[in-house]
Formats: sequence, structure tokens, C-alpha cells
Amino acid sequence: MNWTIALAAILHREALRFVGQRGRFVAALVRPLVWLFVFAAGFRAALGLSITPPYQTYITYETYIVPGLCGMILLFNGMQSSLSLVYDREMGSMRLLLTAPLPRWWLLFCKLLAGTLVSLLQCAAFLAIAALWGIRLPLSGYLLALPALALSGLMLGALGLMLSSFIRQLENFAGVMNFVIFPMFFLSSALYPLWKMAEASPRLRDLCNLNPFTHAVELIRFALYGQVNLTAALWVSLALAGFGAAALWGYDPARGVQNRKGQGG
Amino acid sequence: MKRLALLLLTVALPLHAGEIWVTNEKDDTISVIDTDTLEVVRTIPTGERPRGITFSKDFSRVYICASDSDTVQVMDPDTGAILFDLPSGEDPEQFVLAPDDRHIYIANEDDAVTTVVDTQTRQVVAQINVGIEPEGMAISPDGKIAITTSETTNMAHWIDTASHSLFANTLVDSRPRHAEFTADGTTLWVSSEIGGTITVFNVADQTEIGKIRFAITGVNADLVQPVGFKFNPEGTKAFVALGPSNHVAVVNMQSLSVEKYILVGRRVWHMAFSPDNSQLFTTNGVSGDVTVIDVAREEAVKSIKVGRFPWGAAMRPTKSN
Repeated sequence: MNWTIALAAILHREALRFVGQRGRFVAALVRPLVWLFVFAAGFRAALGLSITPPYQTYITYETYIVPGLCGMILLFNGMQSSLSLVYDREMGSMRLLLTAPLPRWWLLFCKLLAGTLVSLLQCAAFLAIAALWGIRLPLSGYLLALPALALSGLMLGALGLMLSSFIRQLENFAGVMNFVIFPMFFLSSALYPLWKMAEASPRLRDLCNLNPFTHAVELIRFALYGQVNLTAALWVSLALAGFGAAALWGYDPARGVQNRKGQGG
Repeated sequence: MKRLALLLLTVALPLHAGEIWVTNEKDDTISVIDTDTLEVVRTIPTGERPRGITFSKDFSRVYICASDSDTVQVMDPDTGAILFDLPSGEDPEQFVLAPDDRHIYIANEDDAVTTVVDTQTRQVVAQINVGIEPEGMAISPDGKIAITTSETTNMAHWIDTASHSLFANTLVDSRPRHAEFTADGTTLWVSSEIGGTITVFNVADQTEIGKIRFAITGVNADLVQPVGFKFNPEGTKAFVALGPSNHVAVVNMQSLSVEKYILVGRRVWHMAFSPDNSQLFTTNGVSGDVTVIDVAREEAVKSIKVGRFPWGAAMRPTKSN
């Protein structure tokens, strides 16, 4: 019973924050839309990109970039919701949350779930605008992409949780932008197919292949066209388990950052 | 009651199964695509550099322009065996089968003539002098007028099929490649590859009705080269292959305006409809594949790998009830 109360409370808080910070919602939407309307326009590839699975025919660059931009929303949102955890810690509201008489993993999972739901809403809004712009996907794809988006959102949220457990101050978060978000986004198949990367350097391609964000994007890309990319699904799940475990470890009062903080202070 | 049951049965059966036959210029083969599975089901060897391809009315024979073998081959489509070769004059590129199902009109690119061949006696009936580098061939639905377009003279030559003589020559834009009459026989469309236009003529007095121009956002105008085109059976829309611009244009046949451009493979040449006209198959020369367009939605759905440099396309129904 208490478990659902905690879940409801955390979801409610996230929802309040979502409603209260409408600017944040707009900002999160504007970012991928700028990429779609401006960046993709520059690389329009009016003569068509080569066929790579799951595409069955030639596509324009705008069409290619859409799943990657969904991934971008999930990535930024995952980081942002963990940023709010760092803020909570500084403000002291986290102490209240973590003293709830429930397993810590459940509390963290609730937080993760709440963040992912917000991401899904933003993805839906983004896909709707892209469809109005003329980039339409198979109708079934929109439904089938839901589990892929949710799994990827959880994975990237878990990454954020993990990072937030190791970051003590809000100011350090700028470093996360530089050292996590940008490399993850650019070293992936979000903006260019991996064979194109291999043309520049096979090593770069291998690096992209190791990046869990690449697999999240590919998972979403295949799902949008009604296909399951098992390799990508496996990689994303593994990454979710890994980041989740690390976050738990980080938030464990006996070992994690809380303890270290105590020692430091 | 029985009739109703029969009707239901007919509805349940795949009425419109068919094949698209594609000539591969560089491979000297034909790729046969099943219109249901959208896969290549057969590959058949032909003479050298096959280009134009057309079936007889009952689909029991297929005629193939083997350009570098200087002949028109006649094949049994079931076995793939060459039944006989027809005399064709040098370098036949495109041809058209007359509505009588007997005479074919062949454009001989190197000789500046149009050759008329009787497929029953296998004899040349006539050779008509036309402009330099004849290429496009068309015949009116009533079989009275044949058209040859000449690439270098930039003209459409109007041939009276009864007397085998020219009765009109009309100028079009640079390098006309393909000509076709609308189903009602009242207008003639001629595409100009370099000029980048399609000229529409009134057949009754051979005057120009209008011109269609094409422009694709982000594609250099030089690349927009209209070649093959097809009319939908309703006579409302024309699908125009735009060569190295990798697009097919959808043209409103009443207003002669372009409604949409559909992205397909590299260097699109010619097209064929599926038996139920719901799909359109485009041959993409440089990318070596065939793109399938959903006609109702006007969207490309799939590209199928075929041989090297696919050029011509023709449809054959496989199951008829």
C-alpha cells in the first residue's frame, strides 16, 4: 500500500513540475525541432540516402533523423530529471524522500518512471509536429515505438540517476553536458548511419557501436517501422541493468555518495 | 445463392496477381518481380543490351529490344525460351506494338528511320525516314497514327500508318525521349530530357496545348530530366520519371500542374503498373533497383534489387479468373 502511495506522490510531484514549468516543455521540444527544421534542411539529401535497414526504400535526411531526435529528447530529459535530483539534494528535499520507509530501489525506480513518462509525452508531441511537417511513419509504428521509447527512456534516466549520485553540486552538471550528453549524441547513429562513420574511420564506428545511445536510437528506429532490433534491445536492457545497479550503489547509504559526503564534511 | 457463393469465392481469390518484367541493360537479362511478394522470382537471359519490352495482347509472347544485338527478340514468357528474332534495323531502342497486335514500330537510333515489322510474316513492312536519333515511339489507340521522336532533331514525327508517310512534324524541347497518347486518343504527350519539359499536343490538329515544367526543391535543375511516363487508368494523373533527379512527378492531367514529387532510386527511367493499378514500379538505372510506389498514397514503399542498369518495364498478369 505504501508502495503505491510513494509512486503516486513521486508521479504527482513530477507532474506538478511538468505543468508548472511549461517553459521547460517548450524548450525540450524546440531543441529537436531546430535540428529537424534547420540542421536537417542543410543536409536535406534531396536525391535520397542509401537504403539501410529498417528502411525499404530511399529516404530524405529529415526522415532519417527523426528517431535520433526522439533519442535526443529522451537523453536530455533523462539528464534533466537527474539534475533535479542534485537540486533536491542541495535543497534537502531528497532527505525527506529517501527517509520514506520503503526500499530505496523502489523510490529510485518511481523517480525514473516519472521522468520517463514526461519524456514519452515530449516524444509524442515531437512526432506529431514532424507528421504535420510531412514526415509520416507507418501508423502502427507510432504504437510499436512506445515500448522502445519507454525502455530507452528508462535506460537514459538510469544513466542520469547514476551520474546524479556521483555529482555533489549543481555547478558540476555543466560538465555532464560536455562529457556525457554531447559525446553520446554525436558518437551515435542519431545523425548519420554507421556505415558513413566507418568511411571516416572504422574505429569511430566501433566506438559508436559501443555507445548504448546508438542502440537506443536503433531500437526506436526499427520499432517505428514495425520491426524489432533484438541486438539493440539486448544492449539497451543490459545498459539499463548496469546503470540501474550503479545508481543503487551510488545511493546506498552504506557505501554511496551520501556516506562519502558525510566523511568529507 | 450459388452465384453469390461464386462471387464471394472470386473475391477471396487473388484476382490481380502479376509480374513486372524489367530489362537490365548491362546484365543482358530480364528480372521478373512478383507483384504480391515484391521479390525477384526469375532472371532470364536475353540478347545484348535489352531496353524496350512489351507483351502481346494475350501475354503469350514478350517482345524485347536487344539494342546491341540489333534485333527484336520474341520470347515465350513461360519458358523464357527465345522463339525467334525479328528483323529490326540497327540499334533498336524503343518500340510499340500496334493495337492490331501484329505490327511493331521500332525506332532505330543509328539509322534515323522507323521500321515497321509484321510479327506474323517476320518481314519488314516499311522503313520511314525520320529525324536524327529516333527514340520515343507511340501509337494512337485507333492505330492510325504512329509517333517517333528524334533526340537530335528535337521533333515529334507524325506517321500515317496506312501510307507509312509523315504527315506532320512538331518541334519540342531538347532531346525528346518518350511519347504516349492518352487513352482517349485526343492528346499526345512528349517528354524532353534535356529541355526538362513535357509538351502536350492536340492530336486533331497537332497544335501544342501546354507544357509541363518540373522543379524539385534542393535538386539542381540540370538533373531534372523527364523520360518515361505513365497515365493512371482513370486518366486523371500522370506519373513522370525524372531521370537523375531520382524523383517521379505526379501530374494533374487536367491542369497540367505537378502535384507531388516522390523520391525513388537513382536515375529513374520507365514504369509499369501492377495488374490492379494499385502499385507502380519504376526502373532505377544507376542504383540497379526497382522502386514500388503505392499509387493511392503516392508514396514509395519499397525498393527491390534487380540486375545492373534496369531500363524497361512491362506487366504480365499471372492468375486470371
